[in-house]
Amino acid sequence: MRNEKVIVTDKLTKRYANITAVENLDLEIFKGEIFGLLGPNGAGKTTTILMLLGLTEPTSGSAEVLGFDPTRSPLEVKRSVGYLPERVGFYDHMTGRENLCYIAALNNINSKAVMKKIDELAEQVGLKDAINRKVGEYSHGMRQRLGLASCLVKSPKIIILDEPTVGIDPKGTREVQDFITRLSREEGITVILSSHLLHQVQQICDRVAIFVQGKVVAAGPIESLGKQVMPGQPFIIEVQCAEGHDVLRDNLQQIQGIEQWSEVEEKLVLTCCSDKRLEIASLAQKNNLSLLHLRLRGYDLDDIYQRYFQGGERP
Amino acid sequence: MRERKFKILEGWKVSRIIKPCFKLVAELKSSPGMWAITSKELGDHFTSLRFFIMFLLIGLASLSAVYVAALTIREAVAAAPEIDFVFLWLFNTSGKGLPPFTTFVGFLAPLMGIALGFDAVNDELNRGTMSSVLAQPVYRDAFINGKFFAGLITTSLMLMALFAVVGGLGLILIGVPPVTEEVLRILFYLVLTVVYVAFWLSLAVLFSIFFRQTATSALGCIGSWLFFTIFFGLLVGLVSNALLPLGSDAVPLEVLKHQKLQTGLLRLSPTTLYYEAAGMLLAPYQRLLGPVMLEQIEGAIPGPLPLGQSLALIWPHFVGLFAATLAIFAVCYIKFMKMEIKSS
Repeated sequence: MRNEKVIVTDKLTKRYANITAVENLDLEIFKGEIFGLLGPNGAGKTTTILMLLGLTEPTSGSAEVLGFDPTRSPLEVKRSVGYLPERVGFYDHMTGRENLCYIAALNNINSKAVMKKIDELAEQVGLKDAINRKVGEYSHGMRQRLGLASCLVKSPKIIILDEPTVGIDPKGTREVQDFITRLSREEGITVILSSHLLHQVQQICDRVAIFVQGKVVAAGPIESLGKQVMPGQPFIIEVQCAEGHDVLRDNLQQIQGIEQWSEVEEKLVLTCCSDKRLEIASLAQKNNLSLLHLRLRGYDLDDIYQRYFQGGERP
Repeated sequence: MRERKFKILEGWKVSRIIKPCFKLVAELKSSPGMWAITSKELGDHFTSLRFFIMFLLIGLASLSAVYVAALTIREAVAAAPEIDFVFLWLFNTSGKGLPPFTTFVGFLAPLMGIALGFDAVNDELNRGTMSSVLAQPVYRDAFINGKFFAGLITTSLMLMALFAVVGGLGLILIGVPPVTEEVLRILFYLVLTVVYVAFWLSLAVLFSIFFRQTATSALGCIGSWLFFTIFFGLLVGLVSNALLPLGSDAVPLEVLKHQKLQTGLLRLSPTTLYYEAAGMLLAPYQRLLGPVMLEQIEGAIPGPLPLGQSLALIWPHFVGLFAATLAIFAVCYIKFMKMEIKSS
């Protein structure tokens, strides 16, 4: 089932008067996966989401969601896609239940079945005791949970969550993440999650697209991202072992292709022409060295994040 | 079965009015989500404090006006028992320094429309509820149509209730039951008032689309209301005096031209249209609008106009108000459809 495409975009572009919010976006999202849109604020994540939902018209290019064009047939798309906006709004004078009922009514869902569904959802998102209270009394975290429930009222095939954990405490974040993972794994719902939080994306997403200034600089499974982002760069490997630098250096001399040696604090930093980690590891094992640290610098998301996002906010 | 015709409204078939109404309701129900939005808005309106305050304000003003009018009528009828259309008098008689019911309604009904519409769109945008609603399978126009219809239904119901209470009170006070024509005239007056409120409602919705802050749009609405009810007349006087100045030795033709210009300019204001039409509907003895030459009424037999004729005279007013409402609504529509709904 994994290779069934539910969302395909083709050169999707959105230009506003003076800036290009999204440029030539090509995405493929498969059924049942958790797909992360990672990027700093203003990188075009929300605009992409709005275009996928047919809430904003693309300037050029096209998108297909569950086989429908969101611009031409927005109703079909919205019928099976749940959307949690970044700052989800509810009617404060109504209770959580009434808010969900309204969403259900907008989806033309029979009102008898809906009460049961709302009870189930309230239980799932942890709002069982608060569902009959006015939303005006809710905390930010509770609103966010209600937002999750409101996405699920229509039993969607896809849910799109825009910054679902912004402003929630770590415990709440954890719970929301677990809930999202469960939705994907147990109910087979495709989840698209936008976030500027690297670690969140790293923890729960199967695949990620990294947005920088309206462009996707890399997309794919997290492990493969490094190679896409940094092609042609030398491989920089950090090594540390319990025996100290000199012993390590002596042992590693025999590996071919190490161009540069340097010491940074406790670690030995090697610049190589290819990935030498396997050789280093096996050598260390052969010579009974206790390897403490071995890392290919520049290829995990932390480095990518540092490189692109620091000061990456659009001027 | 043959269509039943009202004698007074020769050629007006009831079905011609009723059928489009049913069609409208059917349309409302068939558009996805529209009915849900309309009923939610209706619920909000009827439970809102602002509706309660407006209703109280208009209700108290109207009841006191009708009470005073009824007292005046009792005296007048006692003096001259031959007068007809006594019931209509309830609505346009003033007394003891209180203006008549029509003036109160004409003055306060726009506020009702403004109160129901000034935060229709910008409030939802600021709260972030609009993106949630539009992410559901509803067309974008359902949102604005639903808001507009809810406001319209609320005002219609409120005005109906008000008219019923006022009529009932009048009935008790003067003890003269209305004849069919009077009832019909009052009904048309009700429709006219609803159209007038619809104009202000659509203007308020327009402001709520153009301004992000609810306070700004409220101020804009109140500003235009004050402009049309108070300043417009003064402005028209100035403009017509500047365009066609009248000397002390002006010939009648010049005076007539001046008058016609002034009336024409005044009719650009929805308020003028409303008051003229309301006056015509509630005073069957009024036969003409605008300046009249003495020669024109020479030899005329004083008598009431049939309803059909009164309607024919104010038909342009009706159409004008309706067209202005539709035009403003069309602008709302276009603007809203192109609006960016990002809440941040």
